[in-house]
Amino acid sequence: MIVSDPWVVLILCILGTFAWRAMGVIVANHIDISGDLFQWFNCVAYAMLSGLITRVILMPSGTLAQTPDVDRIASISAGFIVFFMCKRNIFAGTGSAFVTFLGFAAARNYGLL
Amino acid sequence: MFSLSVLVKWSRAFNEQAPALIINDLKFDLADNILMTTLGHQKALNRGVCDGLLMPFWMVFGSMIGFGSMARDAGLGIDVALGASLGIWGLPGQVAMVELFAAGLPIYAIVVASSLANMRFMPMTVVLMPHFKGNVTAHKWRYLLAQVLSINIWTVFMRRGSTLAEEDRLPFYFGVSITCLIGGALGTTIGFVAAGVLPLYITISLVFLNPAYFVYVFSSVRYRNCIIAVVLGAITGPLIYLFSPDWSVPITGVVAGTAAFYLDKWMDRSQ
Repeated sequence: MIVSDPWVVLILCILGTFAWRAMGVIVANHIDISGDLFQWFNCVAYAMLSGLITRVILMPSGTLAQTPDVDRIASISAGFIVFFMCKRNIFAGTGSAFVTFLGFAAARNYGLL
Repeated sequence: MFSLSVLVKWSRAFNEQAPALIINDLKFDLADNILMTTLGHQKALNRGVCDGLLMPFWMVFGSMIGFGSMARDAGLGIDVALGASLGIWGLPGQVAMVELFAAGLPIYAIVVASSLANMRFMPMTVVLMPHFKGNVTAHKWRYLLAQVLSINIWTVFMRRGSTLAEEDRLPFYFGVSITCLIGGALGTTIGFVAAGVLPLYITISLVFLNPAYFVYVFSSVRYRNCIIAVVLGAITGPLIYLFSPDWSVPITGVVAGTAAFYLDKWMDRSQ
């Protein structure tokens, strides 16, 4: 069924995401935080997010897909170098990665690369 | 030079490492509650707002600029764009909705794809909620707390919230969330209005900002089980995506998470 009213689609999509959140609340109410199951959920959450982020950097969909792989990988690597040089400073790492990426994007935009 | 010293202070303030997670922390809280000083509601709220403004606000702002312009390109109104940002409040699900709606897919396909893209909220909520245990107000509003959760808020809360006294956590969480929601609304609006005005290379760089930030956030986790989960997730995530783009996030979570869980236990035993 094709629905053309975006608000109907939106409200259903809000509920679709909320369902996961609500399930999380229900499970959290019944879970023993010193137990193995909670530890497992913890590992799953971290693995999920880390997998998602790595995938977005290496194989993006959407806007980022227009950028060459080398730009993204080089920027993240530059960020890592600064990150470790600055004793694992998240701000420094993110900033360097962003500036490097912006430099690449601007250079390509103005035909320098 | 003044601005440089502010910048250095700023980055130190953000980076001040709090014990990242969880089980161990909570045990510490319960046993040594007396060591923790209570900030009081107002101060905890302020700290939440400040921590929110250090980084997460800008991250959400940047990625929602990308979303706002994308929604406009897809022919949606600003009301729907804002509703998606603040209501779905999870970028992969928002992007899936806009892309598939623009492609004219049937409604069930849009809703299923959008919902699946945001599956990560389930384990994130499970890990978040026990931090509020014993707080009556938090229990009453638990579904609202879950609704405003986002990955930016979650990571800040995991780093900082768990080091706060229990009664300070709710105002702190509220402060971070409200800051991020405002950032999301502002970003969406600006992205929508400035679509086509802002040069593409700037928009793209802003979209790149948030995933880049998470790379370093996840490179800063401290507990061994989390470190193993992050490493295994980072390796398997892209590989699984090649085989199953739609299901890659939950599969990665379960496969890499379970492997990390057992590897961590095994290392415990062999020590």
